Amino acid sequence: MTDSALTATTGRHTSHGDTAPRHGRFRSGTGALFVTPYVLFLVVVFAVPLGYTLWISVHRFYFTAPGTHADAPWVGLANYRDVFTDPVVGRAFLNIAVFLVINVPLTVLLALVLASALNAKIRFRTFFRAAYYLPYITASVALVGVWQFMFGTDGFVNHLLGPHAPDPSWLVNSHLAMPMIAFFVTWKQLGFFVMLYLAALQNVGAELYEAASVDGAGRVRQFFSVTVPGVRPATTLVVIYAIITGANLFSEPYLLTGGGGPDHASTSPVLLMYQKGIEQGHPDFAAALGVVLVGFVLVISLAARKLTERGN
Amino acid sequence: MLRRTAYALLVLALAGATTACGRSAVDPGAARGARGPITVWLSNNAQEVAWGKTMVAAWNRSHPGQRVTAQQIPAGKTSEEAISASIVAGTSACLVFNTSPASVPTFEKQNGLVPLSDFPDGDAYIKKRGGALTEQYASQDGKFYQLPWKSNPVMILYNKKIFKKAGLDPEHPRLATYAQFLETSRTLVRSGAAKAAIWPAPSSEFFQSWLDFYPAFAAESGGRQFIEDGRVRFDSTAGRRAAAFWRTLYAEKLAPQELYPGDAVNDGKAAMATVGPWAVSAYKDSVDIGVAPIPTAAGKPPGDTYSFSDEKSAAMFSACRNRATAWDLLKFATSAEQDGTFLDATGQMPMREDLTARYPAFFAKKPLYKVFARQAERVVEVPNVPGSIDIWQAFRAEWTKSVVFGDGSTDAALRRASDKITKLLDEYGDPS
Repeated sequence: MTDSALTATTGRHTSHGDTAPRHGRFRSGTGALFVTPYVLFLVVVFAVPLGYTLWISVHRFYFTAPGTHADAPWVGLANYRDVFTDPVVGRAFLNIAVFLVINVPLTVLLALVLASALNAKIRFRTFFRAAYYLPYITASVALVGVWQFMFGTDGFVNHLLGPHAPDPSWLVNSHLAMPMIAFFVTWKQLGFFVMLYLAALQNVGAELYEAASVDGAGRVRQFFSVTVPGVRPATTLVVIYAIITGANLFSEPYLLTGGGGPDHASTSPVLLMYQKGIEQGHPDFAAALGVVLVGFVLVISLAARKLTERGN
Repeated sequence: MLRRTAYALLVLALAGATTACGRSAVDPGAARGARGPITVWLSNNAQEVAWGKTMVAAWNRSHPGQRVTAQQIPAGKTSEEAISASIVAGTSACLVFNTSPASVPTFEKQNGLVPLSDFPDGDAYIKKRGGALTEQYASQDGKFYQLPWKSNPVMILYNKKIFKKAGLDPEHPRLATYAQFLETSRTLVRSGAAKAAIWPAPSSEFFQSWLDFYPAFAAESGGRQFIEDGRVRFDSTAGRRAAAFWRTLYAEKLAPQELYPGDAVNDGKAAMATVGPWAVSAYKDSVDIGVAPIPTAAGKPPGDTYSFSDEKSAAMFSACRNRATAWDLLKFATSAEQDGTFLDATGQMPMREDLTARYPAFFAKKPLYKVFARQAERVVEVPNVPGSIDIWQAFRAEWTKSVVFGDGSTDAALRRASDKITKLLDEYGDPS
């Protein structure tokens, strides 16, 4: 496009008055209209609670009946100091670290391998896809019941192991409780991540596998040289999603290990927020812990993103 | 960019604060003398619900202008959580007939309770009805924010069939001393008659100590409270003995370390349980019930044995707009006549003195309840101190660690719990 053409076009628009700017305003107004419901949703369910949480976290605060006066003095970072000096909080973050170390690599590995297998033309493919997805859509409470039946002191697994069963048993053993939760969540969520990888695999061209085959690559080499790089954006998504889900762990320690037991060995930060904020009436402490958790998840997620996107 | 972010955060904080302040309040001055329709909440115990509906129907027949609606406390993990949430939302019922005394200090702090002492005949009615039993329920400012309503004195309930199966005499169980209790427990488990001798929840919720440590401590100490006169009382010989007793039960696997996913007594998995009289009707179709006092180190006569009351109070909540009606209903529901009806319907003990003399027909008809009625005269309550839930949670953390899972000595655990709780009492400014 030449300068004269630009001039001509501009002149033509000008000759018709301010049609283009009005059109632009109309478009931006329509866009704003479409965006407004979601913005309102974000403000109401995310931004306002987050702002309120930040406010609570720097005040001595507790919930009171409507219309009654309760002092909520500014305490600066005192709630954060309480959070960082509470040994149970430290234990909860350590537990989450143990959880993530087991859960995230296992999730990525199993989900990618299973997705690759289910992407191939195998018999009963639809059945297997549904079977892996089933735990994901089943209520945690029901699945916890199954695991208690399997891993309880008198459970199915201990009957199989006989004298080799751990003592104390799996779910009340301070060394095994958190790994058990990590395995449980990996198994429960696997179907969802397999679906993500299956979708990503549809974008890996068959010609890449053909080319690799022509170059003499076997199945394993094709997996590492074609499949893994081909689904890297999905891997980033899976890793970040698994980290966020893991860091927000609540139902499993609440139900499977009887409220974060034994002796806080499976307590998670979110469970602790619930116990401190709701059960024990310290919403200020819980709010500060929540803010710390948000920071923790952001840092870990950014690090994971850098790591998984390295070499792109 | 930073300035914009700061403005955004400020707006968010203001919006949050505005939202929080936007809830409607009740004018206490206008509400105190107001009469009109009210709502009451009952626990989800089937017998209590049945009694509550009958009581409310009787009230409604004679008070057409002050209609009362009864419903169960909204679902939650515990009633206390549901009540606490309703206080904050301003949606609590006028009266709740299932208020835990341990939660009363928290509800007070939330400005959620109406002081019953502020009614002209408030203190007089409460003291006349409950006599000496009511003393433990006054708050730190000397006022009653709860009416001590009914107790479920904790005793040892055992399954006679399981005892017989283990070769034990079900009519004369040897459960009075710690040594006897442990020996009986070993026989029950090693004979294969039951998976567990006793199976209280070993989990870490703050209230679980009310069914293992606290009854044992009350019995061993001769009726001392957990905290008295602002000082911790459980780090004592009695407390150490009670903790060591429970530690032995867990260490020898007579009591499992794992939470039973159901009712272990009802399912025949546990031979014994620490329960109140509510359990008699609950287990009547599944368990051949026997009852014994809480054991002590040396064994005490039943008439000298104390236990935990497991009391529940009735309380009036600040969301109530017709408080004169609520107060009248509270007196109606806790009258001698209604208490008799309640006892008959539920088997739970109204907080009145000398129950067996007051309701002789009931105890003649159901003699099993007599032992609970006698126990109800020797009970201790949870201490009515600020930070009550924090205090019990601090104790429970040490209990599960050392007693349930055997990590460290029980004496050291009690010492640590005592130190933590002393610090909490200082933080909460316990004036007593």
